[in-house]
Amino acid sequence: MGEDTVGTAADAAVAIQGVTKRFGDVVAVDNIDLEIADGEFFAMLGPSGCGKTTTLRMIAGLEFPTEGSLKIFGDEVGTLPPNKRPVNTVFQNYALFPHMSVLDNVAFGLKMQGASKKDAASAASEMISLVQLGGMEKRKPSQLSGGQQQRVALARALVNKPKVLLLDEPLGALDLKLRQEMQTELKSLQRELGVSFVFVTHDQEEALTMSDRIAVMHDGELLQVGTAEELYDRPVNRFVADFIGQTNLVDATVVDDDVIALGNGTKIMAPNPYPAGTKVSMSLRPESISIGGPDDIPDEFEQTSLRGEVTNVTYLGHSHVYTVAVDWMPLEVRTNATPTSVVYEPGSQVGIWWDRRSDWVVPDEGYGS
Amino acid sequence: MTTTSPAPSALATPEFEAANEKQKRRRGFLLALPAYVYLSLFFAIPLFIVVVYSFATRTRSGGTALEEWNLDSYRKLGEPIVTDILLRSITLAVITTVICLLLAYPFSYFLATRKETTRNIMLVFVMIPFWSNFLVRNYAWRVLLGNDGPVSQLTETIGLGETTVLFTPTAIVLGLVYGFLPFMILPMYAAIERMDWSLIEASRDLGATGFQTFKKVTFPLSMPGVIAGSILVFIPSLGAYVTPQILGGGKKTMLGSYIVTQFLTARNWPVGAAVSTVLMFVMLMATLIYFRKGGRTL
Repeated sequence: MGEDTVGTAADAAVAIQGVTKRFGDVVAVDNIDLEIADGEFFAMLGPSGCGKTTTLRMIAGLEFPTEGSLKIFGDEVGTLPPNKRPVNTVFQNYALFPHMSVLDNVAFGLKMQGASKKDAASAASEMISLVQLGGMEKRKPSQLSGGQQQRVALARALVNKPKVLLLDEPLGALDLKLRQEMQTELKSLQRELGVSFVFVTHDQEEALTMSDRIAVMHDGELLQVGTAEELYDRPVNRFVADFIGQTNLVDATVVDDDVIALGNGTKIMAPNPYPAGTKVSMSLRPESISIGGPDDIPDEFEQTSLRGEVTNVTYLGHSHVYTVAVDWMPLEVRTNATPTSVVYEPGSQVGIWWDRRSDWVVPDEGYGS
Repeated sequence: MTTTSPAPSALATPEFEAANEKQKRRRGFLLALPAYVYLSLFFAIPLFIVVVYSFATRTRSGGTALEEWNLDSYRKLGEPIVTDILLRSITLAVITTVICLLLAYPFSYFLATRKETTRNIMLVFVMIPFWSNFLVRNYAWRVLLGNDGPVSQLTETIGLGETTVLFTPTAIVLGLVYGFLPFMILPMYAAIERMDWSLIEASRDLGATGFQTFKKVTFPLSMPGVIAGSILVFIPSLGAYVTPQILGGGKKTMLGSYIVTQFLTARNWPVGAAVSTVLMFVMLMATLIYFRKGGRTL
């Protein structure tokens, strides 16, 4: 199945071109283009109902595209049934077979492909040890904890040596600590196996932590594909800016290539490619803003600064989060809390400033709920 | 018996906890009391009497002597007349159950995969027969299958000759399947409908074909429904009286008819009671198998 050309640009692990999926009148996935490289840890991120799971299911063969082309390692898979695709899925609720032991669950795929009972069992045991469940072969899924079930689901998929592993919110049901543990483990497992992982999640932190690249989806549309840094520092629109991390989004109008005017008339240095008069938003991350007295603003930051009043301050241990009202417009500012840092009480007049490379202008269109 | 709560105190002392527990138990008992009384009077005690009678002796005049306890009635069950009847009843009940199973499974599967509104409408259709009297429905079958009935007329018209199904074991099975099919469909439908469909997707995803998925995943997971339905059909079929009597014409006696004959015609209550006891024992075993195998899905 195109193994001789694996890894070349022509044969991406998954190549999606102009794919649309409609359920009756509902457009679940709207004309998306996407390429996932071999060996890549790829996340599909978005709120529920954005089409990320439908996209994953189309790669798995559990749904078929209404329009467009979907290739796995160069082979068009369109309406090929799931059992004929070189991919395996870790389902959201694991979908472990409750009437089978852990061993039988993991050996299932190999047996279906015609492996002998003995071969299937030995390969399955090996995989079970790899996911650190050695000794639990005889248990039923109901006798395992959530984290252990997760590992069985992973082993059950990986034992078939899929060319692409699909994961549908695999960590959603785990508690925070276990989730973080599994994130690290999944990442190292993926590196070890060198297989592409396509990972669906609504948790942006999870996506940022684990993925080589991330696709942000919203309302069936693919908004942006990029590395974590690209998405965080250079979001293409308000939705991505807002969805990835926390940010201040300030309404503004373009004055010229380098300057925008905020709602209150203040002119801010913000390089942008939009024609004068365009309604835009300025995205400003709370941690890239500095805070000081109203007269502390350094001269070189005069064009990227504002003055206002502290209305709220929250202590988070490692940081202080201020809400600063600039002409009633609230901005969040996050500063590192050290024993020597000055704390501004609510009511204090302050100046806030930032490096001109920290603000980022996004067009107002494409902002959903 | 009062259900006053223990006097409130500042702390939940062991005495308080004990009093609280006791009061909870008593309240539970009170709630169950009417049902307890009813079942004791009209079920448990009569059942006990039946079992006691099965060890008694028939007097010459057709009465029952309770003084001499013996196993004579049970010995009588070993006679060919009775074993024949028992065997015939079991055979017909098994055939009925298997036919119901084969008819109900695909239908239940189909039902479980429909939209909810379609499902509910079809479930109503499944239940509609229950709205009319069982006896009346059996007589209706008698008319249908009778010598001058529509079925016979049809087969005669198309040249297959007269239908002579009525008063044969075939007619009994036909009537039993008709009468008990819903008891097979409902638990089976419930089991299939309750199944986690992502398991089927998982199976396909792991390389299984549709048929392999059915064999390895769908069918094993619907087993509780299959077992529940089979027992719900097998038990009443085994003890059926009305259908064999009306559609079988009482010619080939089944267990139900035999018991009635023993009580009413032969006036041999101990033998009738013994057959009843054995029948109940068989049913009890079947039920136990169900609880062992399928468990809590009714």
